[in-house]
Amino acid sequence: MIATQESTKASTVRIRVKRCDGPGKASYWQAFDVPREPGANIISCLQWIAAHPVTVEGLKTTPVVWDSGCLEEVCGACTMVINGKVRQSCSALIENIAPNAGDVVSLEPMSKFPVIRDLWVDRTRMFEALKRVKAWVPIDGTYNLGAGPKESPEQQATRYTLSTCMSCGCCLEACPQYLLEEDPKKWPTSFIGAAAMNQARLFNEHETGKQLKKDRLDVLMGPGGQSDCGNSQNCVKVCPKEIPLDESWAAIGRSVTIHAITSWLRR
Amino acid sequence: MQQQRVIVVGGGLAGLAACVRIAEAGIPVDLFSMVPVKRSHSVCAQGGINACNDVARQQGYSEYQHFDETIYGGDYLADQGPVLEMANFAPKVIDLLDRMGVPFNRTSEGQRDLRLFGGSLFKRTHFSGATTGQQLLYALDEQTRRYEASGLVKKYEFWEFLWPVIEGEINGLEGDGRCVGIVAQDMRTMQVRAFRGAAVIMATGGCGLVFGKSTNSIICTGGAASRCYQAGAWYGNGEMIQVHPTAIPGADKCRLMSESARGEGGRVWVPRKKGDNRIPKDIPESERWYFLEERYPKYGNLVPRDIATREIFDVCVNDGMGVNGQNQVYLDLTHKDPEYLTRKLGGIMEIYEKFAGEDPRYTPMRIFPAVHYSMGGLWTQYTPGNYAPAQPHGEHKPGMPVPVDTQPGRGMALGAPNNMMTNIPGLYAFGEVNFAYHGATRLGANALLSCIFDGLYCGVSVANYVTQGDPADRPIDRVDQALFDRVVQQEQDKANRLLETADGIAPGDDANPYLIGKEMGEEMEAACTVVKTEARLVKCLDKIAELRDRYARARLPDAAAWTNQSLSYSRAVGDMLVMAEMIARCSLLREESRGSHYRTDFPDRDDTRFLKTTVAQFDSGARGVEQHRVSYRDVRTSLVKPRARTYGKVEGEESQKPRGKPQPAHAGS
Repeated sequence: MIATQESTKASTVRIRVKRCDGPGKASYWQAFDVPREPGANIISCLQWIAAHPVTVEGLKTTPVVWDSGCLEEVCGACTMVINGKVRQSCSALIENIAPNAGDVVSLEPMSKFPVIRDLWVDRTRMFEALKRVKAWVPIDGTYNLGAGPKESPEQQATRYTLSTCMSCGCCLEACPQYLLEEDPKKWPTSFIGAAAMNQARLFNEHETGKQLKKDRLDVLMGPGGQSDCGNSQNCVKVCPKEIPLDESWAAIGRSVTIHAITSWLRR
Repeated sequence: MQQQRVIVVGGGLAGLAACVRIAEAGIPVDLFSMVPVKRSHSVCAQGGINACNDVARQQGYSEYQHFDETIYGGDYLADQGPVLEMANFAPKVIDLLDRMGVPFNRTSEGQRDLRLFGGSLFKRTHFSGATTGQQLLYALDEQTRRYEASGLVKKYEFWEFLWPVIEGEINGLEGDGRCVGIVAQDMRTMQVRAFRGAAVIMATGGCGLVFGKSTNSIICTGGAASRCYQAGAWYGNGEMIQVHPTAIPGADKCRLMSESARGEGGRVWVPRKKGDNRIPKDIPESERWYFLEERYPKYGNLVPRDIATREIFDVCVNDGMGVNGQNQVYLDLTHKDPEYLTRKLGGIMEIYEKFAGEDPRYTPMRIFPAVHYSMGGLWTQYTPGNYAPAQPHGEHKPGMPVPVDTQPGRGMALGAPNNMMTNIPGLYAFGEVNFAYHGATRLGANALLSCIFDGLYCGVSVANYVTQGDPADRPIDRVDQALFDRVVQQEQDKANRLLETADGIAPGDDANPYLIGKEMGEEMEAACTVVKTEARLVKCLDKIAELRDRYARARLPDAAAWTNQSLSYSRAVGDMLVMAEMIARCSLLREESRGSHYRTDFPDRDDTRFLKTTVAQFDSGARGVEQHRVSYRDVRTSLVKPRARTYGKVEGEESQKPRGKPQPAHAGS
């Protein structure tokens, strides 16, 4: 539905939301006219709707359910599909995405994760994938054992960038090979996706973290691993933190190849 | 006997550090969080984490000086022992995080780089870009996941803490009660259930949302702390709320522009001439008023936050000197190399660009103060350490001999079961939710430290309490199930009462919980932040009484039995109103000015009457404001003698004269 000139005044912006009351329920759309205010973003619009839950047709409804946290694009919670593009809703400013009278904003939940309700999806699979690749440094415990390894500024800069991944899921939403999988039992063999792969690279590049490199590469060599990547490079295009995921795929690809050869030779 | 478990509520830095430490001791942990722990509010911390280091040490700095600065910064309101222990322990925290793989910025030699921060003349802040909190949280999240994979930690994410389960009577410090678990609700299925725990650690952060728009995350309602308070836990120094000087106001929240911007050379200024609307680069140096540098030549832009905030507030609100006549001042980094700024401050440069639409590398940022941190929190106890000077020392200056070494247990006894335990046995408070370390103002980059210190150092205390304390004699699994069922019923009834009101909100309905929450935030921000007066606080208490009346008739907009966020929010509004009223009452009763608490009707610090901790106790039998019984306890100041907290301010005429840049920050150079 396209809003007509008559129904949308310049003082408001129309927000269309794809809603769903819970798992297994059908989706439906509702639209709201929200007053424009300086600095407004999708979050402030959804907050306004929560306090005034009435659709453009005058129907009393329930507040929209959505996930959010820091509101400054550093926690990853408020990711959703806005006007067809996956991104964080906090940094989606109305003046940028719907600057003109009559502009409509559409909000949909990410499609690669099960919907809990409305715009809120269950991204547990992403965190399980971090266990799959052992995304941690295997330290000896928390007792005082002195400093960690020294590191060059260049190496730090590389690792820092990789480490800004906030598990938002944009890269997975945009990926043609990463598909919705509701059965947790299938997660260990389904495509792992860019986010967890990138974490494997991050920890393989740490002096102590690389002690688990072999385990990580075993996983990335197996089912749902690196070879499932179709090289569309969608992941790198949508990453809000501009993490060079294409370079990470290439680096992991090289490591997997070497790992495969050396594993074969050791047989 | 079944192995006893520990419950941790909150998965930010304090909660995760506690998880890791307790799991390492072999004790299983149940971790509760309203969000996946990787999304906790700690991610928002930007600037860094303080600790004495080898470079600063050779310039005359020490752990002891870090302690002295923190006490002075907090205007003497913190008990001194735990602060000494924290400063002494700080370098070990950095080393541990380093081993966990935190990508701390590096020097060309590969050492950890350092930056300046407020309240110190030494570089003692370690950092990871301008998203240090995120990077530290991720490191602890990864170590927690390791324990989760091994089965020692069980996560309950998207579970909301509702109430502590307390066995026996809580009567201040006298009763025989103890905390034996919690009741929580699954935010998706809405199931309410009880969990047994030999100890419960609250690590639930601050209460920024009580003030409406703050720098806090949407989850920082203070609801969990308020529920503990209403269940009998004492609350300390509720009136001590930090307003950060530099944030960008937004429609949904205020976004922090880290103090590290000033630590890396950022200068705060306004045009010297009122109404000078030229763009900043057209205003010559001589026509810019660097008011912080003029008034505080020693610390310059790096005075503590409460001071910078009041000065900015004064310039904008009292003098009307704000940029373009609005409540905003410039925070200027444009004299620095853009590439350097990206390397050191990339995270916040990006935030400013995204939300304000201008590149701060080339255009000065426009900022204004915003509510940021709660120094007050659940009141906690500790066992003093073995350092006990005959007389408290005076000011510690760089290079002076340090009166005490850094062995564990000097300030706070290592492993004592009551460290950071509330007045309720078995109920602990770690991180921002306690009141212990920051007195009346927190110094920048000390929050990450206090959170992780609590988890690591006081995590040992929890492990000892569980294995050798009361739960060892009276195991939690033998507590009568009826007690847990009763609290579940209490919470289910509370939820049902709210759900029964749900019939959709009519326009203009004054019982709309979202509007009640909004009005509370606006009122608290206006009355209870930068400047407070008796008249305004009395008015504020009247407003809260009105809001509490309206809340009693609150109607929900959603009756859903599945993933009902309106229920969660509306329930929290009730708890936030209790918190707001307590904060306003404590503000009214503290008739002095100290640190972040500034009363224009009592502008001076009054050590005779108020060198004391405010302790609020909730009386459920009373009504309205009388529910908050406020008393005062002496602050333990046996290590350092209180002195005037001026930061070398230059008064009057003197401060109006143009001056050179502040002194370089190295004592040795």
